[in-house]
Amino acid sequence: MDASTLITTSAADLAGAIATGEVSSVEVTRAHLDRIAAVDGAVHAFLSVDEEGALAQAAAVDARIAAGERPGPLAGVPLALKDVLAQKGVPTTAGSKILEGWRPPYNATVTQRLLDAGVVILGKTNMDEFAMGSSTENSAYGPTHNPWDFTRVPGGSGGGSAAALAAFEAPLAIGTDTGGSIRQPAAFTGTVGVKPTYGGTSRFGQIALASSLDQPGPCGRTVLDTALLHEVIAGHDPKDQTSLDAPVPPVVAAARAGDVRGLRVGVVTELGGEGYAPEVEANFRATVDLLAELGAEVVEVSCPTFEYALAAYYLILPSEASSNLARFDAMRYGLRVGDDGTRSTEQVMALSREAGFGAEVKRRIIIGTYALSAGYRDAYYGSAQKVRTLVQQDFTAAFARADVLVSPTTPTAAFRLGERLDDPMAMYLNDLCTIPTNLAGNAAGSFPTGLTGDGLPIGFHVMAPHRADDRLYRVGAALERALTDRWGGPLLNRVPDPATTTEVTR
Amino acid sequence: MRSPDPRSCTVALSQDEVARLAQLARIDLSPAELAHLAPQLDVILEAVARVTDVATDDVAPTSHPVPMTNVFRADEVHDSLPVDEVLAMAPDREDDRFRVPRILGEEQ
Repeated sequence: MDASTLITTSAADLAGAIATGEVSSVEVTRAHLDRIAAVDGAVHAFLSVDEEGALAQAAAVDARIAAGERPGPLAGVPLALKDVLAQKGVPTTAGSKILEGWRPPYNATVTQRLLDAGVVILGKTNMDEFAMGSSTENSAYGPTHNPWDFTRVPGGSGGGSAAALAAFEAPLAIGTDTGGSIRQPAAFTGTVGVKPTYGGTSRFGQIALASSLDQPGPCGRTVLDTALLHEVIAGHDPKDQTSLDAPVPPVVAAARAGDVRGLRVGVVTELGGEGYAPEVEANFRATVDLLAELGAEVVEVSCPTFEYALAAYYLILPSEASSNLARFDAMRYGLRVGDDGTRSTEQVMALSREAGFGAEVKRRIIIGTYALSAGYRDAYYGSAQKVRTLVQQDFTAAFARADVLVSPTTPTAAFRLGERLDDPMAMYLNDLCTIPTNLAGNAAGSFPTGLTGDGLPIGFHVMAPHRADDRLYRVGAALERALTDRWGGPLLNRVPDPATTTEVTR
Repeated sequence: MRSPDPRSCTVALSQDEVARLAQLARIDLSPAELAHLAPQLDVILEAVARVTDVATDDVAPTSHPVPMTNVFRADEVHDSLPVDEVLAMAPDREDDRFRVPRILGEEQ
């Protein structure tokens, strides 16, 4: 295979070629490192590239295969890791200046499972600071650009991971999803992103944003690749109290089957209509019709309290974040400012946090501090937790009538860089469709289903009950199969080549 | 701060109140940031106050998407992370310990 074939081949096929010796992991890894060197100046998907480490991991996989081992279904395949997950000895910043240069002394469980499976970690991807954002513009290290249109955002907070896939810099990526940070970037970049059931993947070693909402998950260019990655990282972890001690749903089998015959698909009435771009709505309706053609049974379901989910989320998230981010106090790691012998610990903390945190982080910490302060806690945080109960009840009722629920992933396609930076509520509205599942802990995924007239990807959002993640892959694979036939190839075949696109000055 | 009314969360955060919250959160905001942040926080808090519309007394709060149970690990001796590796990432150290600024502020 030549270099251009190596970077466009699916992870499943690459793993097969590596396992049979058709190509080595070192060759595959080298091709992706070269691609990163060629295009990442314009895309800025990566915050750091670990060339030496990646080539060493690849060589180790090649040696294991040469020795007759079969190290796993994704062994030797490169991956881009969101910079919020700890990797021993590799810079891990969560997109923040306050952690610039920090090298964890341990691996996150997800990182460890990737390494154990022989997946090659190319580097750490750009993200909104501490995963707070919907555009990857809040990164302290500058924004990532959407490979489909460099003037647009790739979504957030995992814009780097999604853009790395769409720019063919990596065939696999890991994201984390607190309110849509895997799914919304997937929708904006024409890739696949899945938030597993809460507890399905370990949060140990993930720099916490909101502990009751965060969940690491797989990102890929195809549904099968995403499912294979899902199986590598999922499963019980005794180091995480919230980890589910239950079998991983059969996601790979579901992705291979891709059969929706007899599946009851519930269209959520409240996730559509006013505020949704007409092209997004039209694509959504056409996709629902396609599912019906493929043998699914379509029903309308109502989830009346979903309209309060956004408000509840933007109280719960900052409340938990203000607590979680208290650990960035300049005492044991990270940036320390003003320690000249004249200032107290408290003053040094305040100066360090002022210098180290960006605007969105400060905004949310202060909202969280307010929502949890004496006298306001019941009104804000307590009420938000009640809304969470109501959202869960809505899901329970809806899943009694449907096996999966569907909506557009986002109300619009990718917006322009800078367009919403000074309007936090407009930015937050992007997460309207994705947030309810985080509040309830359900599984959900975004699958590419078309392009707008401007050539921007549109995502289709599928939600499944707890521990029924396999249903997402059934739907995603069925759509992928049908749409790839219609398009005459994968949607990502149409992405402009960054090498021929005018470079954007960051 | 004003006395809260749990049924009416309409707010108008002043810059002084934002400064007080920033102090509680240990963030030393500049005057320019205070002027910029206060109106934005107002808009956000007004929007999220809608949660009180449906959060009636008969609804139980949920703090977590899955039932939480305490998990105890076996009380066994293990190696901790290597001290040198941990301290290598510290802003400052003295011998085998983190060195921190003085604990007492001016007011003490």
